[in-house]
Amino acid sequence: MNRFLARRFAFSLVTLFVLSLIVFFLGQILPGNVGRTILGPLADQQAVDALNHQLGVDRPLLVQYGAWIWPFLQGDMGQSYIYRSPVAAFVVPALGHSLKLAAVGFLLVVPLGILGGVVAALKVNRPLDRVISLGGLSATVLPEFVSGIVLILIFGIWLRWLPIDAAWPDGAGPLIQLYYLVLPAMTLVLGLFGYIARMARAGMIEALDSDYTRTAVLKGLPWRLVIWRHVLRNALLPTITVIASQTGYLIGGLLVVETLFRYQGIGSLIFNAAKAKDFPMLQACVLIIGITYAVATLLADLLYSFLNPRIQMGDGQ
Amino acid sequence: MVEPALRLDRLSVDYRAGGRNRAVLRDVSFEIARGEAYGLVGESGCGKSTVALTVVRYLPRNGRITGGAVTLDGADVMRLGPQALKDLRAKDVSMVYQDPGKALNPSLKVGRQLVEVFEVVGVPLAEREARALEMLKKVRIADPGSVMQRYPHQLSGGMQQRVAIAMALANDPTMLILDEPTTGLDATVEAEVLDLITDLRRELGTSVLFISHNLAVVAKMCDRVGVLYAGMLVEEGPTREIFGSPRHPYTISLLRCLPRGGQRKDRRRLDTIPGFLPTAGMLMPGCPFAERCALADNLCRTEVPKLRAVCGRLVRCHYSDRAVDLPRNTPADVVMPKPTMGGAPVLRVSNLSKTYGQGSHAIRAVADVSLSLLPGETLGLVGESGSGKTTLARMLLGLVPPDLGGTIELDGNPLAASLDRRRDEEVKAVQIVFQNPDSALNRSHSVSRIIGRALRRLGGFRGADLSSRLNALVAAVRLTPRHLALRPRQLSGGLKQRVAIARSFAGDPRIVVCDEPTSALDVSVQAAILNLLAELQAARAVSYVFISHDLGIVRYLSDRIAVLYLGRIMEMGPSERVFEGPNHPYTEALLSAVPNLDGTRNTRIRLSGEIPSAANPPSGCPFQSRCPRKIGAICEISEPPLTEAEPGHVIRCHIPAADLERLQREYKAGARNVEAGQEIETAVIDASHQY
Amino acid sequence: MTGFAAAAAPSRRQEVFTALSRSGAFLTGLTIVLFWVVCALFGRDLVPYDPLGEDILNALGQPSAEHWFGTDQIGRDIFSRVIVGSRDILTVAPLATILATVVGTVLGLLTGYFRGIIDDIASRLIEATMAIPGVIVSLLAIVALGTSETTVIIVIGLSFGPGIARTVRSAVLSERELDYVAAAKLRHENSAHIMFVEILPNILPPILVESTVRLGYAIFAVATLSFIGFGLQPPSPDWGLSISNNYSMISGGYWWTVLFDALAIATLVVGINLTADALQEALDG
Repeated sequence: MNRFLARRFAFSLVTLFVLSLIVFFLGQILPGNVGRTILGPLADQQAVDALNHQLGVDRPLLVQYGAWIWPFLQGDMGQSYIYRSPVAAFVVPALGHSLKLAAVGFLLVVPLGILGGVVAALKVNRPLDRVISLGGLSATVLPEFVSGIVLILIFGIWLRWLPIDAAWPDGAGPLIQLYYLVLPAMTLVLGLFGYIARMARAGMIEALDSDYTRTAVLKGLPWRLVIWRHVLRNALLPTITVIASQTGYLIGGLLVVETLFRYQGIGSLIFNAAKAKDFPMLQACVLIIGITYAVATLLADLLYSFLNPRIQMGDGQ
Repeated sequence: MVEPALRLDRLSVDYRAGGRNRAVLRDVSFEIARGEAYGLVGESGCGKSTVALTVVRYLPRNGRITGGAVTLDGADVMRLGPQALKDLRAKDVSMVYQDPGKALNPSLKVGRQLVEVFEVVGVPLAEREARALEMLKKVRIADPGSVMQRYPHQLSGGMQQRVAIAMALANDPTMLILDEPTTGLDATVEAEVLDLITDLRRELGTSVLFISHNLAVVAKMCDRVGVLYAGMLVEEGPTREIFGSPRHPYTISLLRCLPRGGQRKDRRRLDTIPGFLPTAGMLMPGCPFAERCALADNLCRTEVPKLRAVCGRLVRCHYSDRAVDLPRNTPADVVMPKPTMGGAPVLRVSNLSKTYGQGSHAIRAVADVSLSLLPGETLGLVGESGSGKTTLARMLLGLVPPDLGGTIELDGNPLAASLDRRRDEEVKAVQIVFQNPDSALNRSHSVSRIIGRALRRLGGFRGADLSSRLNALVAAVRLTPRHLALRPRQLSGGLKQRVAIARSFAGDPRIVVCDEPTSALDVSVQAAILNLLAELQAARAVSYVFISHDLGIVRYLSDRIAVLYLGRIMEMGPSERVFEGPNHPYTEALLSAVPNLDGTRNTRIRLSGEIPSAANPPSGCPFQSRCPRKIGAICEISEPPLTEAEPGHVIRCHIPAADLERLQREYKAGARNVEAGQEIETAVIDASHQY
Repeated sequence: MTGFAAAAAPSRRQEVFTALSRSGAFLTGLTIVLFWVVCALFGRDLVPYDPLGEDILNALGQPSAEHWFGTDQIGRDIFSRVIVGSRDILTVAPLATILATVVGTVLGLLTGYFRGIIDDIASRLIEATMAIPGVIVSLLAIVALGTSETTVIIVIGLSFGPGIARTVRSAVLSERELDYVAAAKLRHENSAHIMFVEILPNILPPILVESTVRLGYAIFAVATLSFIGFGLQPPSPDWGLSISNNYSMISGGYWWTVLFDALAIATLVVGINLTADALQEALDG
């Protein structure tokens, strides 16, 4: 088990390294001259050069990469071109906000999605299954701004039940905050529900058709016990990995959802940094997202190996 | 009259597939008395497993019972309410099926799964564990306490099946259904499991429904047997009657397809059954076998025969009285010219080894193998899983590079280890027929493209030359030009294997490796393929390396046999010598593990322990951990060399050949005496005089 | 003797075709997609108004007999814009998908067939790009390269390539273990022949399904990029762009300025995914 996890951990590190290279070198092809971009076409060439030197963008690439990644690892994510102040001061609180929104979405969608998938599998090819499967698929494939707009129109504009802005008043308590987070979280839920339900359904159907389920039924076990003891655990194992792999999607969704609902998270930070071509900010955000994803997949692997005896014993692959 | 344990009364079952209902079982009726073992045999798709699933009411979602009744222990299974059905499954009927690895829940410990069986019938919590341990002891698991704590994947296939049997018999059911319980297990393991079932049945008096495609296994295990064909029971009666003097043309033909009684390719050919197994639901107004039957006439094609009592059994045939004289489809006496073997060997292998992985994880798949092959000769490679026979074959082909130090010579010239470095001439000289034609044939290419490409690349043919060669080759493997445009999935298994054989012969090879070429095929198809291989060899003087786990087939086709165990040759010699002995103790065990069709119990040699893993072989002689003739410390300390027992017959054992011969002769004589004392008469049925 | 059963088995293509023609989901999906394709090709000639024609006097008009879907803030007819709005996205997204499919297939074949160090490096790269959401990778690249339709096609094509490569690679990994590949090696076929003539035809079904699914994602991504201002650019009547321009007004009750564009995107992606889903089922079954 430890070997498996050590291997996964090493994989994550390599992946993050490659990601940092991609992020860094994409920054290098930003057209034109950083100093010129910031100072504008009318600025004095000397001032541009000075700024370039000050920002360090006139040094060799590898040196620049080292000068960027080393402090980054120690918590110094560089200076924002636009705000002329440390990136970390923006990224950290934004990440906190986003995690709060993502957590609400996740806590809603994981049980719902699994439940939906399990129910659909138990009623396979019946009307209820069709509704869950097709409805889930449709909701999942919609861009968040589309499902978000529809939710806003229904619950914010026509029914007037929920606020259409996620910016709660200062000093609002957790319940009030939750109230403001319902619509954006619902948008994320719609995006993920179908995916999780689909995986859970497929896993359930496979487990229900398996020989070991037949063994359990033919032992004379009550159906409830067959499902509970024999089917669910095997059926939902692969779903865990899928859920973890969806954190990336969730964060991509945050970009749009936060913009749509005017929520101050990492998504809207990326959006604003992109608009302003604030590359240090953009790079930091993307890398932070990569790290978050890596951590999430590692946690999922940990959970998976904990639940799967084959890995636990270290003799299966 | 005592109520039978199980009664099927005119049972019919449909599966819905592709938008229509297909009949899988038609009017199947039989009874199994209390304590009786009943065998159900038939080839793939005949509905055997459907019978089992119907009895326990576990048909797949698309399955439907269209008529008839199943009575188990006096209860009408179809009319049971949910609770009664659960009780029936918990107490009265159990089932064990193929692939025990899948039948056990991968994420629960063995003990938990076993204890559950007692929970269902309300055994008090405190007693369950003890009962489970007792049950594991009963299925001869040496260390039940530790097995309880393990997960299924940590047990070997044989152990898993024991656990499954323990679960099935835990509540002492009236009826035990065994659906191909030993298919996929190695011969020695299969023999142990079958012994176990026999002993437990004797002890518990359980009735058994034994389903298998393997006629010999059923002959060994069952009192009575029913033969299924296309969802219909075509013949049923006492095992000895059915296998000894069958009366239905299908049963007769099926038995003639099997090599028996030391039959060999140069003496008698196997009979074949023309045509194909009907697919489930194929519409047949008359007798289902009429299309393939030499006796069939108009009546057979239009009217389903009734099941009639004939000579102490039931037969579903209009002409069962004439069936005894059923003409052969392939004449037996076509004497094939014995290929001229001799001269310099076409292939010589010295000290070939293959190690996978490194360091402590190294697996020595093949260890120090040396052998040679004469032109026109067939060398049979026999061994259980992990014996390295497939790795050895792949090294000959150049698909797997051997460890440094070994050499392969073709016609006296060294052959490069890797395929890339072999010359075209050398590549076409060594070809292979793979086990599974579905994997071996590219499913997006047509037959003509598959064979044509081989002719072009290996034979170097172009244009008109190519197409005339193509036609000749296709005719040689008994395909017709109509097949050329089809894709593999439109062909039956036997036809696919013919395409694969045609491909391997495209470049006039010197050596063809046959890697279990018939193990994916049904018996009635297998015979035709074996005949074809024998014919091609006689006509082209090609040499075969023939890999199989089926000793009967190996004996039929091989001139010499090499027995492999954990990557080493344990014994090698002329085919008849290897079958007659003296033998290496492993060969002896292997030979005695194979059940005979005539149902006589072999002088079984029981092996103790599991097949060791090649990653962790025993010290000294690789077989010492299971060897019943182990003589002492020397076996654990040093690996014996291959020593010559007689000219051309070598055995890797510390016991001198003369002693082995004496020991084995004594053992056989002793066992025969014991047997004579029991009720079994050794009414040996000699295949050659019966047919 | 080589009788009846041989010719009776239908070919794979026929089976798939029959299964598809019986699938309600497939027919529905395909109809929707075809509807939008027709709109993209001929929409300009069919709509009542110029989708770019401004009419300030009729700005923000409610849906009516004249303007079925109402008008936007500068008086453009929303119905005409929705119909014609399919054009750009149905150009950019399919081109990006084709690029992704070609890149992904070649990459997947090479890495899956050769294994070794190239495979290790490529797999790390693929995993790294898949560790961050596609929209954000694309955003990063578009910011670096500058916004244009070509950039969007290239960036989305390249960022979707790894996902397809992963599917193709795993299909190749199981194919290469099959004996027909060994048989080809035993004819001394070269690697290119084995990859493209032997293996490729057998993995076309998963590639087809994967690229249909990716087409849905590409539409998703292009629409999203347009919505945040990094995709299609004004004056295109693109749906995402229109929503982006109008959604600030929905709190004022002008729901029609965004609803119909949203529904248009919704029907198109759902249609494509229904098709992909049914295709997968038919090819698996």
